[in-house]
Amino acid sequence: MTIRLATAAAAIALLLGSNWALAADKPTDQQIAHIAYTAGVIDVEAAKQAIATSKNKTVVEFAESMVRDHESVNKQALDLVKKLNVAPEDNDTSKALSQAAETKREELAKLTGADFDRAYVENEIAYHKQVNGALETLLIPSAQNAELKSLLETGLKLFQGHQQHAEHVATELK
Amino acid sequence: MSANPARRAFLALFLGAAAIAVPAQAETVQVTIDRLAYAPAEIEAKVGDEIEWINRDALVHTATVQGGAEVLLPAKKSGRLVLQEPGSFDYICRYHPNMKGHLIVRP
Ligand SMILES: [Cu+2]
Repeated sequence: MTIRLATAAAAIALLLGSNWALAADKPTDQQIAHIAYTAGVIDVEAAKQAIATSKNKTVVEFAESMVRDHESVNKQALDLVKKLNVAPEDNDTSKALSQAAETKREELAKLTGADFDRAYVENEIAYHKQVNGALETLLIPSAQNAELKSLLETGLKLFQGHQQHAEHVATELK
Repeated sequence: MSANPARRAFLALFLGAAAIAVPAQAETVQVTIDRLAYAPAEIEAKVGDEIEWINRDALVHTATVQGGAEVLLPAKKSGRLVLQEPGSFDYICRYHPNMKGHLIVRP
């Protein structure tokens, strides 16, 4: 199982890495908004799967905080794009993210109990790390609008917090 | 008409004792949370003072001392804690452990 997890994480890294690398041109603000929003939706979906599946109080509480935070930030993102009048634009990176998430969801759906809990939390750590890397190296530096950039910077702090929270939960599961 | 010396002595004693017994005025120290950061991150107060955390974020935070008190700070709301014991305490947000604060409580 550990090997499969590692493989999945590597696959995501490869998928995202190559897609971000392929897009030699910097993403536009419209694309950045779409990517950031999609990244939040994916984590909310994963959390809902965990709330429905897990019987572990710590894991469920963690998942509930993911739903709460990402829904709140995505609401702020929607308010901002409305205000700025930039329509989020679907793109290959968003598609790759969604596809990787769907694969992960199917993989997690086969697990139950402690196996599910560990796999979910491990993936949360890997996923947040991945998104943080993208925010730091690509999305924040590429953002043109100052308000969008500022929201992404807050998003980075939030995602870093989630990664550490997930790491705490992971040590409790051991 | 002239003041009774005994009474004056009694009053002086009583007031003197009262002045000692009444503790220094307790204060409220405010910490603001904005974009996942406590500001100021480091505060000093004394036993009996109250800390008020004002959460400006649309996110739920906490102020959690490891193995000690925890104050839940709902989105856009504030929370309070009366300081009971002296010491030097690190605290974090349970939901975002990268949020770090420090609290020095004088006796
Ligand atoms: Cu927090």
